[in-house]
Amino acid sequence: MSKELIRLQDLVMEFNGERILDGINLYFNDHEFLTLLGPSGCGKTTTLRIIGGFLTPTSGRVLFDGKCINDVPPYERQINTVFQRYALFPHLDVYDNIAFGLKVAKLPKAEVHERVHQILEVVGLQGFEHRKIDSLSGGQQQRVAIARALVNRPKVLLLDEPLAALDLRLRKDMQNELKRIQQAMGITFIYVTHDQEEALSMSDTVVVMDKGRIQQIGKPEDIYNEPKNAFVADFIGESNILDGVMLADYKVKFFGRTFKCLDAGFEPNEPVDVVIRPEDIDFVAPEEGHLVGTVTAVTFKGLNYDIIVDFKGFKWLIQTTDFQPVGASVGIRLNPEDIHIMHKSEYSGMFGDYSSYSAEYDELTEDAGDEEE
Amino acid sequence: MKKANRIITLLIFVFLYAPMAVLIIASFNVGKDITQFEGFTFQQYAEVFRDRSLLTLLGNSLIISVLASGIATAFGTVAAVGIQGLNPRMRRTVMSLTNIPMTNPDIVTGISLSLLFVFVGSKLLGQRDSLTFWTLLIAHITFNLPYVILNVMPKLKQMDRSLVEAAMDLGCTPLQSFFKVTLPEIMPGVLSGAIMAFTMSLDDFVISYFVTGLDFITLPVEIYNYTKKQLQPKIYAMFTMLFLLILVLMVIMNLLQLRQDKAKNGHRRG
Repeated sequence: MSKELIRLQDLVMEFNGERILDGINLYFNDHEFLTLLGPSGCGKTTTLRIIGGFLTPTSGRVLFDGKCINDVPPYERQINTVFQRYALFPHLDVYDNIAFGLKVAKLPKAEVHERVHQILEVVGLQGFEHRKIDSLSGGQQQRVAIARALVNRPKVLLLDEPLAALDLRLRKDMQNELKRIQQAMGITFIYVTHDQEEALSMSDTVVVMDKGRIQQIGKPEDIYNEPKNAFVADFIGESNILDGVMLADYKVKFFGRTFKCLDAGFEPNEPVDVVIRPEDIDFVAPEEGHLVGTVTAVTFKGLNYDIIVDFKGFKWLIQTTDFQPVGASVGIRLNPEDIHIMHKSEYSGMFGDYSSYSAEYDELTEDAGDEEE
Repeated sequence: MKKANRIITLLIFVFLYAPMAVLIIASFNVGKDITQFEGFTFQQYAEVFRDRSLLTLLGNSLIISVLASGIATAFGTVAAVGIQGLNPRMRRTVMSLTNIPMTNPDIVTGISLSLLFVFVGSKLLGQRDSLTFWTLLIAHITFNLPYVILNVMPKLKQMDRSLVEAAMDLGCTPLQSFFKVTLPEIMPGVLSGAIMAFTMSLDDFVISYFVTGLDFITLPVEIYNYTKKQLQPKIYAMFTMLFLLILVLMVIMNLLQLRQDKAKNGHRRG
């Protein structure tokens, strides 16, 4: 693994007596694409602004290459930022926006020219040099913002929800684009988003945050497959979360039945949260099932059906291509690899029950815009 | 109803502009009696440019207006940036404090400034003539400042705060980011503040009357002295020119506003 570039030590941030960050410890490796993921108000933007130098933490330290940079102002940090609403300078054209940092650094004109043209090529905006900022589309403005930051060849690029203002299709294109640029330039990206899909598809490392604390750090696959608590399990993808008891290693009991699982290392008879991903569940005939329930709602999603099944009053979400009509009695089988066990946490019992599920659920979470200071 | 509206609007314009029209017509009159138009002439305009003392007075007025509005614009802009950086409660307090002098009657401002200058000048500095060009300049800067702040503040409020952060992110010190980013962004407000301050300065009589010394007299103050005698027609000509100057400045101000609104609409489209 490449070397460590930035380290956050016990970061605490308070605004007007309110604790925004509650002891953040985190390190960033060189060339890494790391995403801070969490709902609005979780402290991810605050963390980013502290790294950028726009906020000074109440306590704790920021180390860059091993040196404390708490007191280094933003203009002396080898870090550049892509701001949420781009923050392009409206009185300058595309060329002058991108050349801004180089001119401030008093680079020779020829070099400025060369580097601006080079970076325009990287972001695919050749020929746009003399366009006015307000004549560009959102996606183009986004590219200018990225170019303006990257042209300074920073060691770290901070991106604060850079795709939030774009429509869905453009967002997908830009996700690929960003990943490509990051690999081509070989620099560290620290990316902030509340969009879990964005985080999973682009990042080397995902840091899930909530309430000013880090909930889990890991590779996207690990975060998805091995969530540490009910918050992570629910925030990353969909999860059915049930109360269970760990009888012994590889043996868990829930819904009055004992299931085999792949988890070990819990106390005997420890109460646990059991996560079952909706896409891991297969229907079988009722008489063959471990559990038998009744279908209460079906939503067609294109790729699959979202089917809500009532098991003894507890409603599960099941995602399957296998259509079942409302009212049908269905059985399910759970294989050991479909079951994931988590320790109980402060989030236990708050997530993972689809009793109030409705088809608008996705839209609602999609609309929950992210405004934080 | 629509017709009545139109008539009233027309009447208002007549009331507003009739005095100016009379003055302009009088400035082209051959005779001295304004009740009788005896023929068209540019004679009075020529007289203005021949009258050394009148030109000196006009020069004085321009000097004081340019200096006062320039200095007030610089100070006022910096002050506005400072006020914008305060927390909301302090900002409101400071803004009401800056607005009070504007609503204060000029005569009160004039006399209180005069008292202050005489007190400081004679008591603390031991001057014999405390009222000079400098007291006049200070007085003009003082009453210009609120107008500049009032014009700059809305532009600062509109400005995306992350622009300054972006500038610092790209290597600007706070001072550099002010000149490279903030100032160009708020320029329309700064310009309209400067123009407004200039016109306030140019036509100020009441305050100037109380704070100016004998060494430096501005046009409005001297014209007040003229009115004690019979008014010469060349004064009409000069007033007409001043009116046109102000008119041109106002048009420029409005054009600036218009261009900016257009730019903003363009931005919304993008």
